[in-house]
Amino acid sequence: MRWSKREQFPVLSSQFSVGSRVLSDVLRAGLREILRTENWELRTGSCLAILLAAVIFLSAAAPDEDKHISVFSPVANYTLPVLERSGHEYVGLLELLEPLGRVTSHASGRQWTLRYNKVDAEFVAGRTRARIGGRDFDFTAPFVIENSRGLVPLSSLSGFLPRFLGTSVTYRESARRLFVGEVGIQVSFQLEATNPPRLNLNFSGPVNPTISTEPGKLRMVFKRDPVVSPGSASISFDDKIITQANYTEGNGEAELDVAASEPLLATFSNDRKTIVISAVEQSAAVSAGTTSQNPGQTPNSGAAAANPGADAFSGNNTGNNNASPNATVHRILAVVDPAHGGEERGAALTDKLAEKDVTLGFGRLLRHELEIRGFAVALLREGDTTSNLDQRASAANVAHAGVYISLHAVSQGTGAHVYTALLPVEGTSKGTFHAWNAAQAPALPISHLVATAIVAEFQKRQFPARDSSASLRPLNNVFMPAVAVELAPGAGGVGDLTSANYQQRAAAAIADAVFSVRDRFGVQLGAQLGAQSGVRP
Amino acid sequence: MIPRHLLIGVATLLVLVVSMGIYLRQMRLRARELDYAEAEADASPVAPPTSGPTETVTLYVADDAAGTLRARSAQIPLPGGRQQRAEELLRALLRIYQQPGAAHPLAPAADIRSIFLVDPGAAVIDLNAAFADQHRSGILSEQLTVNSLVETLAFNVPGIQRVNILVEGKTRETLAGHADLTETFDVPTLVQAGSQ
Repeated sequence: MRWSKREQFPVLSSQFSVGSRVLSDVLRAGLREILRTENWELRTGSCLAILLAAVIFLSAAAPDEDKHISVFSPVANYTLPVLERSGHEYVGLLELLEPLGRVTSHASGRQWTLRYNKVDAEFVAGRTRARIGGRDFDFTAPFVIENSRGLVPLSSLSGFLPRFLGTSVTYRESARRLFVGEVGIQVSFQLEATNPPRLNLNFSGPVNPTISTEPGKLRMVFKRDPVVSPGSASISFDDKIITQANYTEGNGEAELDVAASEPLLATFSNDRKTIVISAVEQSAAVSAGTTSQNPGQTPNSGAAAANPGADAFSGNNTGNNNASPNATVHRILAVVDPAHGGEERGAALTDKLAEKDVTLGFGRLLRHELEIRGFAVALLREGDTTSNLDQRASAANVAHAGVYISLHAVSQGTGAHVYTALLPVEGTSKGTFHAWNAAQAPALPISHLVATAIVAEFQKRQFPARDSSASLRPLNNVFMPAVAVELAPGAGGVGDLTSANYQQRAAAAIADAVFSVRDRFGVQLGAQLGAQSGVRP
Repeated sequence: MIPRHLLIGVATLLVLVVSMGIYLRQMRLRARELDYAEAEADASPVAPPTSGPTETVTLYVADDAAGTLRARSAQIPLPGGRQQRAEELLRALLRIYQQPGAAHPLAPAADIRSIFLVDPGAAVIDLNAAFADQHRSGILSEQLTVNSLVETLAFNVPGIQRVNILVEGKTRETLAGHADLTETFDVPTLVQAGSQ
């Protein structure tokens, strides 16, 4: 199980503001005493000591905010990490364009070239001027190359992206939300003066927000939906119970808060284009409050119970693909392994397209899909790098991941094949150490369960899919549930393998399946950690 | 003037050298005749018969489209030796894959170099380089090839429980980037997995 820095140090983060006040008080008192003394050596030494203490405190206690940019386009919605360099915010250009089309890049010294579909671009590290599609473009901050990755400043996105994409691009800098084309979802409000009152939120497209309740407020966070501002940041209603709706956006997300004097219940209707918010009757509210006392359940699950049969938000509904990730108390680590990479190209899917490139893009999309379902995700390679099979297995084992998913691609056949390990003749187990070649043995029943769930989700989406066993490393070397998914083209031929839409559908199917059996990972992992002493190659 | 005793010594040495040469030539001719005689006496076949009495065998033939193996009966001439039978069996399987329009095509140059049957219950299949180098890359395709070879061998040569696959006499990491060839295949596990 892996935790983000913010989760690892929640006390530190929450105490940061308190600590700042204490530090400023100490500084003021210390400076007063220093200024009173006439000993110059003592004065200089004390100043240096205070300065050093302040630097150490700030570097240790400063919260590490995870900055993200969300991209909304007709083919894919995704989130990318934002990096801060020399006071400017940057994003990886290859990662930004990859889900939108066919893209390749090459780094040579300070030169970095990129080809997106048929548009060529040249960049030079440290320079603000680049050549995109045969024309010069000036960035607002210098281009950066890190580990062969080209980073571009966020503030220039709306300027140069249309040259690649050939369509309008809107970038909301304060919110870090990028809209490619006309993809924004509008929202309108309609208050029905019934008893209890109902507020209808009508969206121009289907939405899938994370919904949570707080005293006096119902909060909807739109992480993957391109919901845009309703025009006014705050709308007041002439009602005693539902009083106000507020729209805010930041760090790639949009948020709609509905303020009320009584507990609220949200239900979806109209193919998720309408969210109906209504006050919970007092008896139901008491029931909801009682239910929420149970460990592992959220207040939302209690609210959903108050309206059985409705498509209401439930934080603990394994059958609901849209359940909130926030409802998962423990984040399970999923290791996503885009197979091949670097010198090992994998299968030649076409004359120019290598398996390693398809698996990387597919892996990034799967990471995104798993993250929005509440998983912590480790992608075993972020770029075109070489890792051997032992390294991949070790990485998953050392991280004590809940599930391992290896991704492959093939040009023959259709749909997807899901594989579990075909265990070989087992090596000698020494003491409490498992044989490296059969480390998967204890987890194999859960692996079969995961594979079956993935096939079922593929078939729900009209993907031909089947599962079987394969002697495929490193499946047999990892001790957590492990599957390999080999993606084959759909009706559109080999071109499907690079289609963001096709990959997105496949990634969503895998993520839904993994989410549906996630409860089994914890049991399996806990049992293994209790029993095992080690697995080594 | 050369001393007389020196002349006698040199002449004696020359006679000895010539005699030894004649003797060695005789020995070599005799050894060659013995080799020929042994070779004529050896009745074991140096190559499988191309004709003669045939036997019915079951070949497990891969079908890429269905993603499965299909059992197919075939009449093929088989030699008497257990090892030679195994080799001829898998060559018959390869001939199916090398036909035009095969459901699981293999390269025309793909071949079985040899099969070693090691008691108790172990077999080693040695493929030629072209078999692996020209094999299509992909989990399904590679695994079907492995399953087809192992299941055909195990079904027709009783007693085989474990199979290793080598390429040009050496261990190779994968067949064509996916199917692991470094481990020993457990025949019952593989057959059970294939039947699911």
